[in-house]
Amino acid sequence: MDAIILQLLNGLDKGSAYALIALGLTLIFGTLGVVNFAHGALFMIGAFCAVTLQKIMGLSFEQVDPTKTDFLGKPLVVKVPYVESWFGADFGAWLINWQVPLSILLAIPVMLIVGFVMERGLIKHFYKRPHADQILVTFGLAIVLQELVKYFFGANPIQTGAPSQFSGSMDFGVLLGFDPMAIMYPYWRLVYFLFAAVVIFGVFAFLQFTTFGMVVRAGMADRETVGLLGINIDRRFTLMFGLAAAVAGVAGVMYTPILAPNYHMGMDFLVLSFVVVVVGGMGSLPGAVAAGFLLGILQSFASMNEIKSLIPGIDQVIIYLVAILILLTRPRGLLGRAGVMEE
Amino acid sequence: MSKSNFTRRGLLKTGAVTGAGLALPTIFTSAASAFTNEPTGSTVKFGFNVPQTGPYAEEGLDELRAQELAVQHINGEGDGGMLSTFSSKALDGTGILGRKVEFVTGDTQTKSDAARAAAKSMIEKDGVVMINGGSSSGVAVAVQELCQSAGIIFMAGLTHSNDTTGKDRKANGFRHFFNAYMSAAALAPVLKNAYGTDRRAYHLTADYTWGWTQQESIQAATEAMGWETVNNVLTPLSAGDFSSYIAPVLNSGADILVLNHYGGDMVNSLTQAVQFGLRDAQANGKNFEIVVPLYSELMAAGAGDNIKGVYGSMNWNWQLTDEGTQAFVKSFGEKYGRPPSNSAHTCYVQTLLYADAVARAGSFNPCAVAEALEGFEFSGMGNGDVLYRAEDHQCFKDVLVMKGAESPTTEYDTLEIVETTPVDQVMYAPDHPMFGGAEASLGECNAGA
Amino acid sequence: MKMLGLSNKDTTFLLIVVGLTLLTPFLLQPFPVASGGNMFNAGYPDLMQRFAIFGIFAIGFNILFGLTGYLSFGHAAFLGVGSYSVVWMYKLLGYNVVPGLILAIIVSALFALLIGYISLRRSGIYFSILTLAFAQMMYNLAYSVLTPLTNGETGLQVYSNDPQVLRGPEHLDAPHFFNLFKMTDSTKLTLGGWEFTLSAGYYFTAVIAIIAFYISLRIFRSPFGLMLRAIKTNQTRLNYTGINTRPYTLAAFVISGMYAGLAGGLLAAMDPLAGAERMQWTASGEVVLMVILGGAGTLMGPVLGAGFIKYFENIFSKINDGVLHQWFAWMPDGLENVIITISHFFVGKSWHLTLGLLFMLVVIFLPGGLVEGGQRIAARFRGRKAKDDATHAAKTQPSAAE
Repeated sequence: MDAIILQLLNGLDKGSAYALIALGLTLIFGTLGVVNFAHGALFMIGAFCAVTLQKIMGLSFEQVDPTKTDFLGKPLVVKVPYVESWFGADFGAWLINWQVPLSILLAIPVMLIVGFVMERGLIKHFYKRPHADQILVTFGLAIVLQELVKYFFGANPIQTGAPSQFSGSMDFGVLLGFDPMAIMYPYWRLVYFLFAAVVIFGVFAFLQFTTFGMVVRAGMADRETVGLLGINIDRRFTLMFGLAAAVAGVAGVMYTPILAPNYHMGMDFLVLSFVVVVVGGMGSLPGAVAAGFLLGILQSFASMNEIKSLIPGIDQVIIYLVAILILLTRPRGLLGRAGVMEE
Repeated sequence: MSKSNFTRRGLLKTGAVTGAGLALPTIFTSAASAFTNEPTGSTVKFGFNVPQTGPYAEEGLDELRAQELAVQHINGEGDGGMLSTFSSKALDGTGILGRKVEFVTGDTQTKSDAARAAAKSMIEKDGVVMINGGSSSGVAVAVQELCQSAGIIFMAGLTHSNDTTGKDRKANGFRHFFNAYMSAAALAPVLKNAYGTDRRAYHLTADYTWGWTQQESIQAATEAMGWETVNNVLTPLSAGDFSSYIAPVLNSGADILVLNHYGGDMVNSLTQAVQFGLRDAQANGKNFEIVVPLYSELMAAGAGDNIKGVYGSMNWNWQLTDEGTQAFVKSFGEKYGRPPSNSAHTCYVQTLLYADAVARAGSFNPCAVAEALEGFEFSGMGNGDVLYRAEDHQCFKDVLVMKGAESPTTEYDTLEIVETTPVDQVMYAPDHPMFGGAEASLGECNAGA
Repeated sequence: MKMLGLSNKDTTFLLIVVGLTLLTPFLLQPFPVASGGNMFNAGYPDLMQRFAIFGIFAIGFNILFGLTGYLSFGHAAFLGVGSYSVVWMYKLLGYNVVPGLILAIIVSALFALLIGYISLRRSGIYFSILTLAFAQMMYNLAYSVLTPLTNGETGLQVYSNDPQVLRGPEHLDAPHFFNLFKMTDSTKLTLGGWEFTLSAGYYFTAVIAIIAFYISLRIFRSPFGLMLRAIKTNQTRLNYTGINTRPYTLAAFVISGMYAGLAGGLLAAMDPLAGAERMQWTASGEVVLMVILGGAGTLMGPVLGAGFIKYFENIFSKINDGVLHQWFAWMPDGLENVIITISHFFVGKSWHLTLGLLFMLVVIFLPGGLVEGGQRIAARFRGRKAKDDATHAAKTQPSAAE
């Protein structure tokens, strides 16, 4: 039982990441009708916002420490971070400790700007173009973005730790009445799950309860009519693109303590997030979220030793297998509408 | 299509005619040179085939730095590096046999296909006599096989699978880097001292050839000293999130976790294992411990604090104090402002060893070079006395057992040397069952042309 | 001039293609070997073989995607299956490539039939994801669980203790064609500073590529091809008129799968090793990019696209610092360093960046792919009258997707 609860937690956690990426992808597709192959790259840029802040926090002046020597036998140069000398050692250390959550403050404006620039500069010229052209141009953009990141940050993964308060694990089982140590779960993964839940509900509430959201939803359903009503749907769609980019970005920021960011992480998530979106049903936000969690949980269960020993290699193919089964039984995924991207 | 004028017979005939036409001049050209890419003119070309894109790009870049340095030293530029400490004095800093060394580079992308395409282009277009580099065993085996059939020498870079000089060994291929068996043999006594003989180990293993040979080796070595193996779970390559494999470990009855992962997978699985509280946990009344059999300093930096106190092994480390190491680190450090990684070291040494073998053989003919390398004993290259064994073309030398440093001062000393395991302890028979048994053979040396 | 059941225009077209293919070793070697331009020469056997092989792959993919509009994201699976078939034939029978190539086409057809039958129950992106899912499953399993069959990460290769039952003592010990010539045979032609390599392997693939091109030409011009185009234009309308389109799309899918299997088989025929990464989604994506880049639905487009991408992968990735220094050595030091720093962004280890930028530029400015670029240039040369022709051609040419 405890093993199953553990895998359920793992599944929810994986699912959170899938759902957040798929949510943004669906937003862009549903509103703008654009297949954005650069969405994984947006997730990656978000993660590198955290790395950038870490680098900024780590900016330091050099002091020669004559008591130690470096690898060439010369006196060691010790680095003292500027933040520690400016804000005092205590507050400086606090800033450095909390850099990942703080990166969200950096990531939101950065991602909004990236989103606006992408939409106005490139994507808007592709609204009327075939999906294959959209795929090619956004794929090209994804390569360019990841190569730029590689140029400046290198190809190795860069460790960005969670705040020390969240670095250990929590005895989750005790809460449910299990023996101590039965279900240990890392704090940060629980945080990530809660964070994802908040973001997902936030996006839904925004679309459901604001006028802006209403217009966007109307635009998703019937763009032409909304345009005829004299509403500037383009402006809103630009904002929507920025929002989707920001969602992907903050998802990337918060994921850094779980997965050390590297420049190709966007591509690694790209294929998976497309599978999630399609299984959920093209253009359906609830579908994307549901599919994200479903696939995350199934993947976790398939990784259990008991199941792996029954069917070797099942953990490697489960997502694709489930995708095939769902698409064959439900022609438009879990919650997709007829006529979207079927031509 | 409705109809086609091509018949099978017609096609065969055409093929036969084309074949005969092309086969004829071949005989004519093969007389022109004695072996593939025999150097003409005043230079000779080396091919450096390293990952420049993909997850191992940094490692490839470091290999490239070392190879460039080696070429400079062979050509008599710079401070000579290890040439002054190398026991063989056949190289005098004027190139090789009076020819200056030039090099071309290729991108393996850490994919067998791409690596072979890059290697073929260097062989067919640039006319290289030797290919060196790489950071994966799959690539090494694939390129080694290519060099064998093309008739040039392959000096493997970082490749740690037993297969490279085991069941996939080739007469034209040589490996200086150590292997999974040696890692296990070197680690076992250290683990015994540190953690005792009554331990239960849980293995997470990357699900491809290197992972399997690594796991097989370390399981055999630890079981021989009394450890029990609780479970061995195969994990998909580049899984990213290993949580579903790590979560069950704590309550499995194990008190040791062995991570048979490399590179980015190692960074992620180790970090996540620490997050799941394994380092702080108690099991069977003992502290829970993690072991990473193969370390790479570039990746160790990526794992940050999580690596503290974790045991692993390496082929070489810049913190060694012998004079060969010091000469190399000085030369590399002054040129690039950082200490070399062990993949850089192995590529540097391999390049020098090849050049030296050519000089001793007096010829670039791959078969003559192979003969000069077989059974060659040398020292002054940073690993004590080394033997290039003739039976399987594997180097035998001391192996380093490493541990994550408790208080590193820079990003380069995140690992510290715990012990230098002498070569005798990591020796094995050429027909060892983990290395293809009695069936494994080098085959015939191929000079091509 | 009518030949092989083709119209005048098509016969000329085919002859031009044949001419270009046969002259490739010369056309791709425009610079003398000793010159700095040698870096850009592509006339060495391996790359020429790849041009032909990926050309076949792209031509086949275009029959499905260019004609019917069905975008498969899993065609690399057939490439891999073809390679494995050929290497297994080496291992069991011997180094003659023919049994392997035949098996490659048969096995990939069977796989395509199965995957196509299931995937074609859906259309649009749902179809794309189904094909992607099948290919990714095959790749993941080939890399791990199926290692006894595929030799996993290392790649399937021939060992000296393999049975090779048909191999006689006098047979060649590398892939060969009925013991007449080895695929690696080649002869060098030196003319002044120029050096041309005539490779048996290249001409073998080139002949097959020409046949493949001819078949594709016939399909494009046949009633069957017309039907496929009709499916692309409006499948619903066809269904309403009582035509069951599934057999047609399935036929197109199987044919393109066989092309992919043949291409995979040829890869193993040129180089006797089959790696699992041939089946990864990136490889499937690559052929999609080749076709769109060159011009989907056109005859020459896919081949151009394939050549373009392979050229970048093999030539630009090799331009390292040393080469840059050689090129710009004549400049003053400061300027040289600036130029080299800028070049860093685009060549050597950053060749991906250049490729990504070019994808974007081509798709932004040449919606019809490289073929459209060629047409525009041609139109400019031919003046105004021809310009009308070009716009006409652009109109009749099917739109790139959907």
